[in-house]
Parts: sequence; C-alpha cells; structure tokens
Amino acid sequence: MVFTIKVNGNTHNVDVDDDTPLLWVLRDVLGMTGTKFGCGIALCGACTVHVDGVATRSCITPIGSVGASQITTIEAIGTTSVGGKIQRAWLEREVVQCGYCQSGQIMSAAALLASNPHPTDSDIDNAMSGNICRCGTYPRIRDAIKLAARS
Amino acid sequence: MTLSHSTDSECADESGAAIGLSRRSFLRTAAAAGGGLMLSLELPFAGHAAAADTDGFVPNAFIRIGTDGQIVLTMPYVEMGQGTYTSIPMLIAEELEVDLSQVRLEHAPPDEKRYGNPLLGGLQATGNSNAVRASWRPLRQAGATARTMLVAAAAQRWNVDPATCRAQNGEVLHPPTGQRAAYGEFAAVAAKMPTPDNVALKRPNEFKLIGKPVKRLDTPAKVNGTAVYGIDVRVPGMKIATLAQSPVFGGRVKTVNDTTAKAVNGVRQIVRLDDAVAVVADHMGAAKKGLAALLIEWDDGPHAKLNSKDIVDELERATLNPGVVAETIGDVSSAMAKAVTRVEATYQLPFLAHATMEPMNCTVHVRNDSCEIWVGTQALARAQAAAAKVAGLPLDKVVVHNHLIGGGFGRRLDVDGVARAVQIAQQVEGPVKVVWTREEDIQHDMYRPHWFDRFSAGLDDKGKPVAWNHRFGGSSVIARWAPPFFKNGLDSDTTEGAIDLVYDLPSKQVDYVRIEPPGIPTAFWRSVGPSHNVFVVESFMDELAAAAKQDPVAYRLALLDKSPRAKAVLALAAEKAGWGQPLPERVGRGVSLQFVFASFLAQVAEVEVSKDGSVRVRRVVCAVDCGTAVNPDTIQAQIQSAIIFGITAALHGQITLKDGRVEQSNFHDYQMLRINEAPAIEVHIVQSSEPPGGMGECGTSAIVPAVGNAIFAATGKRLRKMPIDATVLKQSI
Repeated sequence: MVFTIKVNGNTHNVDVDDDTPLLWVLRDVLGMTGTKFGCGIALCGACTVHVDGVATRSCITPIGSVGASQITTIEAIGTTSVGGKIQRAWLEREVVQCGYCQSGQIMSAAALLASNPHPTDSDIDNAMSGNICRCGTYPRIRDAIKLAARS
Repeated sequence: MTLSHSTDSECADESGAAIGLSRRSFLRTAAAAGGGLMLSLELPFAGHAAAADTDGFVPNAFIRIGTDGQIVLTMPYVEMGQGTYTSIPMLIAEELEVDLSQVRLEHAPPDEKRYGNPLLGGLQATGNSNAVRASWRPLRQAGATARTMLVAAAAQRWNVDPATCRAQNGEVLHPPTGQRAAYGEFAAVAAKMPTPDNVALKRPNEFKLIGKPVKRLDTPAKVNGTAVYGIDVRVPGMKIATLAQSPVFGGRVKTVNDTTAKAVNGVRQIVRLDDAVAVVADHMGAAKKGLAALLIEWDDGPHAKLNSKDIVDELERATLNPGVVAETIGDVSSAMAKAVTRVEATYQLPFLAHATMEPMNCTVHVRNDSCEIWVGTQALARAQAAAAKVAGLPLDKVVVHNHLIGGGFGRRLDVDGVARAVQIAQQVEGPVKVVWTREEDIQHDMYRPHWFDRFSAGLDDKGKPVAWNHRFGGSSVIARWAPPFFKNGLDSDTTEGAIDLVYDLPSKQVDYVRIEPPGIPTAFWRSVGPSHNVFVVESFMDELAAAAKQDPVAYRLALLDKSPRAKAVLALAAEKAGWGQPLPERVGRGVSLQFVFASFLAQVAEVEVSKDGSVRVRRVVCAVDCGTAVNPDTIQAQIQSAIIFGITAALHGQITLKDGRVEQSNFHDYQMLRINEAPAIEVHIVQSSEPPGGMGECGTSAIVPAVGNAIFAATGKRLRKMPIDATVLKQSI
C-alpha cells in the first residue's frame, strides 16, 4: 500500500507493506543510504533517525507507524543547530574511524543535546549506550559531545 | 598477517640524512598522460616478474603531479578507519613540500602483479598493520625526487642556479629575484628532465608534517551520510537479496518450500544453491520477510553432531604430543632438571567472530561475457580472482569497484562473500546486491582460531626463569590463505608473539601443533597471532612472578637488559599508571609487554571486580614505542580502538558450537563493549626516529593479558581461559 511520509522536509510516496521497517524504505526505496543497517533488532543503533525529534531505531519502526511524523536523517541533521554542532565537534575531536556507525552515533548525540544541552557523563552513557562502535571511538564520542555542548 | 618481515637493507639506515637513492631499482619519472609529471615507484617485493617492463621495472605505486598542481597518489591500500589515507599522503607531502590538502590517495585497481603488498609476500591486500611501514622510505624518496625535479625545471625557466631556489608549500621560490610559481607550472617541463641520482631526505628535526597530529582526510563524508560503503552501492535496476546458508558448516539444502515467500509483496525470485537459499526482492525489507517465510529442510552433513567440547578435547589431546619446533634456545630439558621451582599451566582462547558494523555484502552484475563487482574489501585482487573463478571468466572480464570498508579487522581479507554473491547473481537477471543479515554474518563468519596452550617453566633459587617451554595447538590461517607461506609446519603469523620474545630467557622451546577444526573456517582477526600468543605469554609471565613472589613489573624489568626499548615502555607505562600505589578492595592493576608488528607496547589495566564477579576495566595506561610516530593522533586513536576491541573479547567474546551450529547470532549474545563500559585510556608515545612500526592491531593483543593479570591482582584468581567467567570470579571472592 502507498504511504506518504515526510523525510527531511520532503514528502515521499512509497508503495510497500505496512510492516516494512523505515530503514529499508529510506535506504532501498528512497536511496538515502546515510542511515545504516547493523543488526535489524535495535541492538546497535546504526539505523538511528529522528522521528519528531526523538532518536528512533528505524530498523524496527514499521512504515505504517510513522504517519505524518517528521523524519530527520543524517543527510539533513547538519541543517539543525545542534546537529551542525555535533558534526563539527566530531571532526574537531577526530572521532571517526571506519565511520559506519557514526551516522547513528551522531543522530543519538544530536537528540541528546537537543533535549539536554549540558549532559553529564551519566547522561551521555544513558543516551549513547544503545549505539555500538566496533572501532571503539567511545572516548572521543564522549569528548566530542562535551565539546559540542560547550560551543 | 605477517608473511615476510622486511629485511630490505635500504631500510636499515634511518638516520634521516642524505641517503643516496638507488633510484634505478625503484623509481622512474615520465610525462603523465594528460600532462604533468608522473613518478612510478617499485616498492620492493618478490614474485611479480610477469608484469615487468622489458628491462624488469615493475612500478606498483604512482604519483601524478598535474599541471593544476593536484597530486594524486595511486596505491593498493584501503581505508578502513585506520587513517592510512591520511598517513600515506603525509609521507609524500613532507618531502614534496606541499600542503596535505593537495595530495589525494586513490585506490589502485586489482592487479596483484603490480600492486602486491611488499610486506604481504606480494599479495594485494591491506593488513598486518603495515601500510605505513612498507611506504615509509620509498614514498619520502619519491617526494624528494619530484621536488628536486620541479625546482630544477623552475631554475631552468628562470635561468638561475637551482641551488638558489627553494620549494615551499607547493611552490618554487627564487628569493634573490622574488620570483615564485606553483608546481603545476613546471610539472610538464620537469617530466622531460633527467631523474636525479641522489636526493637528500629530511632529517627528523626538519619534519613539518610527520610527527604532528594531522586531521584525517576521509572523515568529513563520514559525518554527513555521504560516504559510500560497499553496502550503500546503488546500481540502476539493482535488486536486493538476502540469504540463509546451511546452519551447519558443510551441510546442504534438502528441500525448499517457497510458496509463502514468493507471495510476499516485493519478492521477485528465490535462488536455490547447493548449500544456501537467497531471496531476491525490491528492497531488503521484502527480502528479509521472504527469507523468514521460507521453509528450508537441511541435510546437516558430516558435522551435524559437532560441539565445542569436541574441538577442545581434540586440541587438549593433540597437544600432549610434540609439535613442530618454532624456536629453541639453549637446552630446556637440562635447565628444567636443575630448576628449583617448576610452574605449569594450560590456557585456552575461544573462536571469535569479527562482527564488523557493516554486515557482509557484495553487489554483482553477471553478464554473458563479463562480471562487475561492487564491494568493500581488504584484498581487491583476491576478490577479483574469486569472482572470476565462480563465474568461469578470465580475470580481465571481471571489474571490481572497491569501496569504503565499514570495519575490516581481518574479515575483509577473505572473499567468501564475493564468491557467494556471484553464485547468487549468476541466477539473477541484472545487478543484485546481496546483504547478509547480522545473524548470517555472525553464524557464517570465518573465526579467530580456538587455541590450546601448555606451558612449563623452571625458576632458579632467586625466582628467575631458567627454562621456558610453550606448546600450542590450533588452526593455521596462513596454511589456507597463502599456502606457500606455510613452510615445514609453521608460519610467521601463528608464531608471532610466542617466539623472539623481548625477555632474556636462557633456555626456551616453543612448538606448534597444527589442528584444523572440522568444518569451521578460521581467519585473520585483529592482531592475529599475537591476539593469542601475547595473552598466554604475558599471563604465564605473571604466573612466574607470582610463583617467585615478586612484583610483576620488577620481575619483567629484570629480564629486559638486552631490550632497552621494551624496558623503557614498560617503565613508562608503570610510572604513568601509578604502579604500586594502593587501590581499593577488589581493584587491581595488571601489566603486559610485547614487541609485535614492529612496535613495542606496554599496558597497565586497572580493573574492578564486583561481588557478583562482574568485571569493569576502569582505566588503561599504554606506553608505545612505534618508532617514528607519523601521525600521533591516529596512533592514539588506533590504540584506543584496539584496547576497546580487546576488552570486548576479554569480557564478552566467544563463538561456541552446538550440533554443528554457531550458537551466537546477534549483539544480544555476541556482545560488544558499549560506551558506558569503556575505560579511561591514556596513551604515551615514546619519541623516536626509528622506522615506523605497525599500529592498527598491537593494542588489542596487549590488553587481554593486562586485564587478566589485573583480575589476579584484585582477586587472587588466575583466569587461564577467555572470555572472563563472572561465575568463577564470584566463587573466588
């Protein structure tokens, strides 16, 4: 069936089953490959997007549940004030290695800062522990979030 | 991997001063196609004669200086997060006197004859922490040669003495007349000039880039979603497929009922292979839904009853008998007979999966007479060969497009996924992207071998080791991956970290019993041989210190008189960690020391064991002497990364088998360290002008024994088997 969804301010019509995860609609139907596939069961955070500003695992979000919500992905997060700060801090602190998980890390970090402009270490743990980084960039992710919070 | 340690005599003199170029053996210059100056380099390695020009010159790296001043370096290394695409251009930029932003590194096409890696026995692959090691001298020489030629071309045009000109920031300057112009102006003229015979390389104190923290060049695209990994490839008309492979290695498909799967909206085709079934669909959502709807009956084959215990039992039994001797020093038997104290121990390490964040994937378009591949691989020529073999095509009919790698760690040195994707694509009209689910990725990985080790040592009346006996059993990855390098029952990967120890041991014997687990494919896993050997050697060394009732750091230091660099990193790590200072109850410090991948590394881990037996690594201090630190920030990042990779294995990592099936499947039962578990990590780099050592892997092998030794310090319990078992620790508290 056809769903009308709003992604990064644009409206798209997609014809898929209502239980199709948002992740595959973004990646395979709309061709927005910045959002990554990692586990398929919300254990790694690579697929994190914002649904009405809330960090959401798109791999377990059925397209039928999205409705008229505003979806924001890594491709557009830099246009938000917090997202831009996070991206700059990521480069300033040289967080990235292979980079595959970083879309999801940045989306989780942006959602954290948007709701909590000055997170403590414990706040960072709570917001970011759902995002796995196999390259182990965690020390720099923590630093970069604090840098973004100060900027 | 370690296929051949470089013994190139050209690399011996690293004082940095005015080393004569043996340019005829490795460097040529010519006009570039489309204008500009082209330098062709022949990095030294064996076994590539077939691609030689008539006079035997075989370039395998190319530097093009365009008339626009842009410098493009073509080399066979891949970027997988380790910073190679920044460190390698730094070497050229340093000697060429250009801004790093002017240098772009492009990935070479598959051609093993041309691009084989000199430290990987001529195989075209990125691994063994050796990209910077192999390039260190040739690339700086090429940069210096090009700079000299550009200056000569400028001097000719201005009709001045080249000695009165200098190169700076991508320009040639003539200070007496104030003339200056960018390199691009002279690139075409330089190409017609003779190649200078001797050029001087900078001394370390003249380095402007090398040794300074430099921003990575590949990262901006990785923070805004525009970086394209293999899994992100989009080809017009492409379908998406996912697959189920026989859950038991060596099993086969018996029957498939695909009626329900075919009815799934978006599913286009079911592909049946001998040992796998794939669902081809419009998108991965439909492919996964279709896969779940398949009813597959498997013939489990000969390994249907295989359990982990069978593999361990076989290793335990096989290591009762002598293996192939890898190292002998002195007479161990007589030294052991004279020893005052004898210490014995056995150790075990489990199979491990790589669990790269980007699941295995490969996009293939098989046509009648050709095949096109899109993939992220550490071994491009090997990927091409695998595709050609399956498709029944000559190599030149297979085009491989390489992409960014979402985690390698050794997994993408193997090309089983490419072969599988081509098998599927052969039955599909048009291009198809085959994507492994996480479950398939973990259950059909190629695993770090399971190891079983037996140690015995003899101590004299002062507690000093006088006899050291180490026998270990497990799989040889090299014997499968590069058979010519498995010689007389040994390979240098399997033994790295077990032989040639930094310690002065008067008698020593190490022997290896090769046991291949039935049906279980094994592979390189970050830090490879040392991931096993450093754990057992450094744990056992700790046991000897405990038997001698001596401090673990002091005990090691006393054995290091012949290895000053090792002694220095150990002393530095201990000092920075506050070794010896009091700690709370159930908190301990543990140390490890190693010389692997041509770098010296010492780590001190500070670990807390809770009353329930759970372990938290609170802090890790690492001291490293990796020779010249090309990009110190990348070195720090790689050590942080490698430590977290190793702690993941120590705390959580094991792949087990039951009834021939891998029991783990996703991140709930094959867990990764998360940010809330990550320790504070301090990295201290020893200043050095020695040639660079490898940095991508050595932090992983060092951390596991440091954690184990810290647990011993905290609890008195010696863990001889990984991963850490909280139940065992709880009982000991």
